[in-house]
Amino acid sequence: MSRALVLLAVLAVLLAALPAVAGPYALSVATLILYFAYTGQAWNVMMGFAGQLSLGHSLYVGVGAYVAGGIFFHWGIGPWAGVWLAILACVVFGLVIGFLAFRFGISGVYFALLTIAFAEFTRIGFDHLGWTGGPGGMFLKVAQRDTWDVLNFRGPPLMYYYAMLFLAIAAFIGCFLLLKSKAGYYWQAIRENEEAAQALGINTFRWKMLAVVISSAMTAVAGVFFAFYYNNLFPEQIFHISRSIEIILGPIIGGVGTLFGPILGAAVLTLLSDGITELLAAFGWEIPGIKQVFYGVVLLAVVMFLPHGIWPALARKLRL
Amino acid sequence: MILEVKNVSKSFRGLRAVKDASFELSDGEINGLIGPNGAGKTTIFNMIAGVYAPDTGSIVFEGKRIDGLRPDQVCNAGIGRTFQIVKPFAGLSVLDNVMVGAFLKERTASAARAQSVSILKKLNLEAKTNLPASSLTLPDRKRLEVARALATRPRLLLLDEVMAGLRPTETDQMVQVFRDINRAEGLTILLIEHVMRAVMALARHIGVLHHGEVIARGTPEEIVRHKAVLDCYLGEETEL
Repeated sequence: MSRALVLLAVLAVLLAALPAVAGPYALSVATLILYFAYTGQAWNVMMGFAGQLSLGHSLYVGVGAYVAGGIFFHWGIGPWAGVWLAILACVVFGLVIGFLAFRFGISGVYFALLTIAFAEFTRIGFDHLGWTGGPGGMFLKVAQRDTWDVLNFRGPPLMYYYAMLFLAIAAFIGCFLLLKSKAGYYWQAIRENEEAAQALGINTFRWKMLAVVISSAMTAVAGVFFAFYYNNLFPEQIFHISRSIEIILGPIIGGVGTLFGPILGAAVLTLLSDGITELLAAFGWEIPGIKQVFYGVVLLAVVMFLPHGIWPALARKLRL
Repeated sequence: MILEVKNVSKSFRGLRAVKDASFELSDGEINGLIGPNGAGKTTIFNMIAGVYAPDTGSIVFEGKRIDGLRPDQVCNAGIGRTFQIVKPFAGLSVLDNVMVGAFLKERTASAARAQSVSILKKLNLEAKTNLPASSLTLPDRKRLEVARALATRPRLLLLDEVMAGLRPTETDQMVQVFRDINRAEGLTILLIEHVMRAVMALARHIGVLHHGEVIARGTPEEIVRHKAVLDCYLGEETEL
């Protein structure tokens, strides 16, 4: 573990120093990696730790983004207040999904279908919601890009990079602590064998609900970031199932249930897919959908050769 | 009386698995429940442990009714159990398996770990502490079941065929483990067992179940001479 800590500290220092050498494009790619590392970590709490497969995490990104973005757009209330409302809204969604599933014994693929269904009908709902601009989208004013307006979370890309870096590190540490606590042990027990877990006195309903609450709250924060970073929100994009898939690919490729998996997976996927797009562009080729094909190939390769993800194999090599 | 099972019955779609069964366990005693396959032993266990609610009758543990509670509530009330078909947390280490149980009474990971290590020692599993549970042999998995249940610090322990598949020397070891725990901590134990060597060595009282009914109760000496028990289960030639 001490070697892992050293590795982590080095990584954090490198990432903190990265903007000194990175250009605007590299910085935006790095921000994207950290974003997926963070959301992957959040999804991992539910699936990797507690064994509850969510295929609808775009729901929490979208609701978080629309809640914080909406009150800023309409009433000028900044994200520091908005983030709490976003978390609250997402937790309510999570609790409803969790209650329906866990109270009525919906598990496995049926649980996954339920999460998709919620993301989908929320998307359709937002398409018809005038307050958020419906399908035409909602656009936050891009006020200025020069100075750090931390209070309203407006500023240059560098600010967003550091915000995302902070979130990714906080999520990593938080998940580490969770995993080593009673909650982590109970979740893993539920993941491995729910009946045996129950026989050891674990109220599986309550602990699964806790996993959903933490995961949805974390993802809500990513949604708030999304709204203020991209400044435009469309239901068709933000709630789309491909967004949910994007979130889960990182941890799956990196290693489900591991702490480094989501970070590693996000880095590998983002770097390679953006790299390939860039490379092709350099040759003057622009192939639509190449990113998706690439995702598919990487996923296939990992499933075939590293069924537990890249990190467990890499950790063995590094003797961590 | 730590546990009173009063007139419980349970049917599964017309099959009456347990019919009007009654028995009591005295505090601090080791008791056995024997009977042919399909006699309803595990069904009784599952009713005590909260997996099924009895159709009729009641189960009272330490003066409180526990029939109809969920398994986790029964465990919280002070009853630990093992599974006949072992259910290890395969992806976790042996130590982590036991720690899951220990967290019922311990708040911190370090306290849970310390308690789990001492339990693993008792069950001769300390050499396997850091192995994944999936790598264990069946006898070790049975020990792990016991270790996990003990980690919840129960006052009544239900053991469902933990001796099955063990060699005679291993059985004797296990018998000694239960004797020690029973003596040192006053833990009440109810064991379902086909291995008569173990039941006879451990149990103060034995109940015999046949076709879902309790057909005999008594000390081991009484049971081996009981006419109905010899006919349905032990056979005429039984020597012990």
